[in-house]
Amino acid sequence: MTSILSNNPSEEQLRAVAASHNVTNEQYDGIVKILGRTPTLTEVGIFGVMYSEHCSYCSSKPYLKTFPTEGDRVLVKAGEENAGVIDLKDDWCVVFKCESHNHPSAVEPYQGAATGVGGIVRDIFTMGARPVALLNSLRFGPLKDDRTKFLLNGVVRGIAGYGNCLGVPTVGGEVVFDETYRENPLVNVMCIGLMRKEDMAKGAAKGIGNPIMYVGSATGRDGLGGASFASRELDDESDADRPAVQIGDPFAEKCLIEATLEALKTADVVGIQDMGAAGLTCSMSETASRGNCGVEMDIQKVPMREPNMSAYDVMLSESQERMLLIVEQGSQERVKAHFKRWGLNAVEIGKVTEGNNLKVYDGGTLVADLPVSAITDDVPMYDRPTQKPAYLDQAQALDVSSIPQPQNLQKTLEQLLALPTIASKRAIYRQYDHMVQINTTALPGASDAAVIRLKGTQGALAASLDGNGRYCYLDPYEGGKLSVAEGARNVVCVGAKPLAVTDCLNFGNPMDPEIMWQFKECVRGMAEACVAFGTPVTGGNVSLYNEGPNAAIDPTPVVGMVGFMESETPVTSGFKDAGDAIVLLSIDQAQLGASEYLANICGKRQGKPPQVDFEKHKALHRCMLEAHAKQILKSAHDVSEGGLAVCVAESCFSEKLIGATLDTLPEYERADTLLFGEASGHIVVSCAAEEVKTLRTIAENTQVSCQVLGKVGGAQLKIGTWIEAKVSDLESLWGNSITL
Amino acid sequence: MKWGVVVFPGSNCDQDCVHVLHEVLKQEVVELWHQSDDLQGCDAIVVPGGFSYGDYLRCGAIAKLSPIMQAVKAFAEQGGLVIGICNGFQILLESGLLPGALLPNAGLKFICEFVYLRVERTDTPFTQNLQKGQVIRIPIAHYDGRYSVSAEQETAANHAAVFRYCDVDGNVSEAINPNGSYQSIAGVVNAQGNVLGLMPHPERAAEAALGETDGRLLFESMINHFEQARATS
Repeated sequence: MTSILSNNPSEEQLRAVAASHNVTNEQYDGIVKILGRTPTLTEVGIFGVMYSEHCSYCSSKPYLKTFPTEGDRVLVKAGEENAGVIDLKDDWCVVFKCESHNHPSAVEPYQGAATGVGGIVRDIFTMGARPVALLNSLRFGPLKDDRTKFLLNGVVRGIAGYGNCLGVPTVGGEVVFDETYRENPLVNVMCIGLMRKEDMAKGAAKGIGNPIMYVGSATGRDGLGGASFASRELDDESDADRPAVQIGDPFAEKCLIEATLEALKTADVVGIQDMGAAGLTCSMSETASRGNCGVEMDIQKVPMREPNMSAYDVMLSESQERMLLIVEQGSQERVKAHFKRWGLNAVEIGKVTEGNNLKVYDGGTLVADLPVSAITDDVPMYDRPTQKPAYLDQAQALDVSSIPQPQNLQKTLEQLLALPTIASKRAIYRQYDHMVQINTTALPGASDAAVIRLKGTQGALAASLDGNGRYCYLDPYEGGKLSVAEGARNVVCVGAKPLAVTDCLNFGNPMDPEIMWQFKECVRGMAEACVAFGTPVTGGNVSLYNEGPNAAIDPTPVVGMVGFMESETPVTSGFKDAGDAIVLLSIDQAQLGASEYLANICGKRQGKPPQVDFEKHKALHRCMLEAHAKQILKSAHDVSEGGLAVCVAESCFSEKLIGATLDTLPEYERADTLLFGEASGHIVVSCAAEEVKTLRTIAENTQVSCQVLGKVGGAQLKIGTWIEAKVSDLESLWGNSITL
Repeated sequence: MKWGVVVFPGSNCDQDCVHVLHEVLKQEVVELWHQSDDLQGCDAIVVPGGFSYGDYLRCGAIAKLSPIMQAVKAFAEQGGLVIGICNGFQILLESGLLPGALLPNAGLKFICEFVYLRVERTDTPFTQNLQKGQVIRIPIAHYDGRYSVSAEQETAANHAAVFRYCDVDGNVSEAINPNGSYQSIAGVVNAQGNVLGLMPHPERAAEAALGETDGRLLFESMINHFEQARATS
């Protein structure tokens, strides 16, 4: 590429650079028309990254507009700023967002995952909030593959290496292993921040003549065109794209957090934007777009890591740990002092101008001059064709009677517990500092949602990050609904009321109509669920082109749900005391379609997932929250992958080893459906025997089915006539399956 | 009693220590910036955990050169109370205030989890409220926590050991040694008894909401010791 970047490129060379950013010849002609002249090389690069799927959401935006964004507690809506803001209580508010770093992690797992963490954390403190928690949702191919082990190790070390150094606890999430992610792993990271309402920062360039400052690390050639790289399919040549992966410096980011939050406390900062995808290009143009003004800068003033970087390099670099500040005229020295104290660069690189153009100078030479709207609001949008996938009808058809039941269902339970997707993730989360900041009141693995107390308020935030690709593959619409319902249920289990949602939408190539149909249907389901549950979407990201040389991934929307509770400590998922009653609260029937059991024990990715009835789900939420308010629940664990038997087994060992006997069970035609079938609205709770009556009353009033299954106690797990195993044996299968 | 919590760029447990000392134990606390050599008249110094200066070199290798550490060293040499937690322990070792060194964990992985510690000595200002042989539960969170000593330091290290990793019943064995530390040592005190370094984080186990309050015992011991010393003088 170096040769093309030489001076005075020919039109042919410019078109080649445009093509390297996936800009079509037609779009190139459009750019010539917008400018009324041939673009410069720098301009081609700027258009290229801003037209990319990653920055422009050109395939997905019309669908994203169907997500609900309004609500009583919404202070900043999705899309208005870097992340949405939700009101909590006593002037505290929460900012949260998730982002994918799939492609970088596929070729360079350590740095890919590390910079994914760095990027999402910057989105949060850009808003003036202190990052207080990280969650991640990771998906890989089968764990027995060496390649998977390499990727998993790298990704986990990358998240640990970056997050631990920052001092932001990694408190929860999920790790899934499935054939569909073999060639294209998913690395989705979510960050949550807290701030006082009065500390909220804005991302608009305002005040003609106000200086624009660059703060943080110097700009290098790493991450060049990362946004464009993220907007292509992975192929055999992708390893050569490793220079498009950024390199993280968590120490610089830690200092940047402190210096930025200090600077934002003053009245000197007018606007702020982090430099993520498309670096300076994106942050300059987005702040100008929000402020409805022009901006100009000189690349010669930008701190650089190496000499002779061109304007093209500087504008497209995705070097990490950098921020753009628009400050009050005359405050530059005060602002610099905050960053200097933390050993960081802070230089004036330009100013807010009249008009609406982005102007880039290289010393005295103007190298880019283009209308901001042409790369923000007016980028090409696609109305991609959609088509119901050919596989769907056949995959949904499931004749349960054709599936033989295993002879020994206890053995099946043992197999399920040892599946890496279900097994304990202790080997992973013990590598993350999940306690720093001393707010983590539910340790990883102990509860269905992570819980972070809000010091000084007696309240806490609950958060979960979850998805189910197989459900979405087999029924994208119901799968979308299920993803949101699962998040809400997780949060409700610990005792919190669901507040709002962020999402990462991971799909294949949008130019394939069947994939676009999956996308459309998933979003439709998610949007309906968010409306029904009153949980607006505050932001998130879309990751398309998740394909390897052989196939696209299952459609995998991942939902980050945040809830609030008026208590610091959650109800965890582990059984507590012998003699306690084990109760199933439910609103639907368990079934085998799309289940983990069917896929991994019977080898069939078939059937329809559970269907979601919103009214019934809301009833279940009400039932749980009333029971929490009466403080009668000792444990709560939602039935998900692996069904009732796995759920109860996990409650026997997620906290301490304690047995359970289940002898009054719901009636099902088949024992495997009862034990391993999945439902969308089943929660197993435990309470003192004398509280069962109260729980029953609450359930009746909220129209939720309430069935006592048995009681806690002993050293064995007994379920009906099928299972009688030592809890310690089951725990060892579950606990030792994943080793790193 | 006035406490000083050192803040290096990259410290990330500094505010946790400030919170526990100020909000939980109602102590006077000031932050001590790394570029200053003024201890502001503090009665005890906490060198907190984190990644001082990023710790891209050997942990604590840069921090020991900071102006604040010169002051902390002089303070320690005059008998002042100093507690180094995690990265703080690494820094105290680099500064030569304690015997031994901390190497990467035996499994070459970061470990964050609750561990049990057996109290080996109660004749120190940090453990005077505890019982010899008492088992306390406090979390660790580190990559470089494998305590090591040279052959000629072994006797001194065994005498210096204040805490050892153990099981819930207080048994010490290689099987439950989380990081491969020499003799399962989790924390050591200097010969004078006024400087403690330990890998576990007592500030993370000082509130019921976090599921454990054993960590408070160390800070309370220090407060008791200080008040007794003041009463006798």
